[in-house]
Amino acid sequence: MTDDNLILHCENVVMDYDGFKALNNCNFSVRYNELRVVIGPNGAGKTTLLDVICGKTRPTSGKVMFGKGTNLVGRNAEDITKLGVGRKFQAPSIYSNLSVWQNLDLSIKRASKGVFPTLMGKCSPAERARIEETLETIGLTDHAHDRAGSLSHGQKQWLEIGMVILQDPSLLLVDEPVAGMSDKETEQTGQLLTRLSEKQAIVVIEHDMDFVRQIANIVTVLAEGTVICEGTVETVQANDRVREIYLGRAKVAH
Amino acid sequence: MPEQVVSHQDSRETLLFYAVGILFLLVVPLLNVLPAEDSWLHISDFRLNQFGKFLAFAILALGLDLIWGYCGVLSMGQGVFFGFGAYCMGMYLTLQIGKESVYGSELPDFMVWTQVKELPLFWYPFKSFMGGFLGAILVPVLFATIFGFLAFRSRIKGVYFAIITQALAFAAWLVFNRNETRLGGTNGLTDFKQLLGYRLSDPSTQRGLYLITVIALIASYLLCRWIVASRAGKVLIAIRDSESRVTFSGYTPWMFKLFVFVVAAGLAGLAGMLYVPQVGIITPAQIGVLPSLEVVIWVAVGGRGTLIGAILGAVAVNYGRSILTNYFPEAWPFILGGLFVVVVTMFPDGLVGMIRKLTDRKKTPAPLIKAEGSTAA
Repeated sequence: MTDDNLILHCENVVMDYDGFKALNNCNFSVRYNELRVVIGPNGAGKTTLLDVICGKTRPTSGKVMFGKGTNLVGRNAEDITKLGVGRKFQAPSIYSNLSVWQNLDLSIKRASKGVFPTLMGKCSPAERARIEETLETIGLTDHAHDRAGSLSHGQKQWLEIGMVILQDPSLLLVDEPVAGMSDKETEQTGQLLTRLSEKQAIVVIEHDMDFVRQIANIVTVLAEGTVICEGTVETVQANDRVREIYLGRAKVAH
Repeated sequence: MPEQVVSHQDSRETLLFYAVGILFLLVVPLLNVLPAEDSWLHISDFRLNQFGKFLAFAILALGLDLIWGYCGVLSMGQGVFFGFGAYCMGMYLTLQIGKESVYGSELPDFMVWTQVKELPLFWYPFKSFMGGFLGAILVPVLFATIFGFLAFRSRIKGVYFAIITQALAFAAWLVFNRNETRLGGTNGLTDFKQLLGYRLSDPSTQRGLYLITVIALIASYLLCRWIVASRAGKVLIAIRDSESRVTFSGYTPWMFKLFVFVVAAGLAGLAGMLYVPQVGIITPAQIGVLPSLEVVIWVAVGGRGTLIGAILGAVAVNYGRSILTNYFPEAWPFILGGLFVVVVTMFPDGLVGMIRKLTDRKKTPAPLIKAEGSTAA
């Protein structure tokens, strides 16, 4: 794996919460246009890893290199968003009191998002077309003018994914997208993410192993704040340490 | 495909605005001028002047609605900005008294009492009308810019911001009360005689001031409406819904908060400027903690998050006060407090929410705002 191919490279990242190391010398890399799934038991540090990458929390030490030599550590979330890292949160995080269209219109990437350009700004035909295209992608065309708060849980998740992809991120971070979704919604979400990964790198955190099998090429297993194994679903499932961590309880049951 | 949802609730608000605009711009002044004085239709000069005061308050309420109703930031210090505007205009009016003052001195009366021999330097700009006019807008705007920058930049939010602005209101009250501030101390500024050569005691001057207030209110409403309808207005609502998400959409929330806070302060200054010549006095008691809190009640009663609600709330509560204090002067604070509790717990969308519900029942059985979290089939 040469460094040129990496869009993201986390080096020895430590996140220390008063002695509890949520991330402990974590090394984690993602290549361009890769769809990577991160799994791990509760408290393994999966969400913390995404928080550190997108600037929500600042790591105690370590480097997070993005693209060609940009260190994300120490930058604020707005800047990191502008650099091209998009984040989809675990709980659907949308603007309930705006319409679906307005949610997307606010999220689309624009040259300036300062107060006055935003006050004067009109939606250009190109932006309009992109929003319509995104509505199509996330399957919400018929709901464009509904209040976002009135959507179903699954639709809210898709809307948020739509909001994130309109920012043109080169790296998309997605935290448990299918939690609480029906089987059909889960499958559709899998197809959506697979399609998106043709254009951008995606990191997905997931618990649902069926879903992981559906979408993953390479899986990273995180435990106690550090990467313990990386490889295809089969390799990972065959790994002894992973079995120990995941199936520990199952062993006892035998 | 239209860019924004133009729901019937927006068009109803517009209708309501036209109705209120025509009422105050045409009907009320005509009823003041045309009918005979003993006619039941007649609106006395006293009432007209009173409405002028209420409409100035409505401008103040619009500003608070912008920052609280739309952006979710509760400011309990709007009275301070109102006070800055009022005092700036009050200083101009005080200097216009000239030799007509009780002591016949060029200096304001209170300076004569307090042994001030020369006009303090900061009074000089207010010798001209432009000084008073510009000061009334720019002083609150500048102050809000600095205060807002410090507060929002440090990510002071929610209840902390409310408490800090309340402390600001208290501090302003203390400062304006001191004689050393050279603004008339507890007695404030009063006994004004003329404005740009027009006698303030003349009913036609008061009529003119009333009309200027109505026009200023309409202009303020249109400004707020424009802000709210723009994409920045949507960012304000987005900040209220989910501030952290706004950051990840690439916006800087504190800048938007600062912007509306400054606009609200400018509107408060405008309101103060219009209030003073119509009421004829400004004292620290009108700008402290309690008056700032009352603005919050007007907006809550009218319906926050709808601009017309702020106007209706300000006029309705103040009109109610003027009627009820005639009959039960001691009970008014309890009525006001009770009103606030009832509105907040039972009618969170205020008067406008009630109007909306009533008209909805007639028009369409479907609820306007669908319940949250309904699951897909």
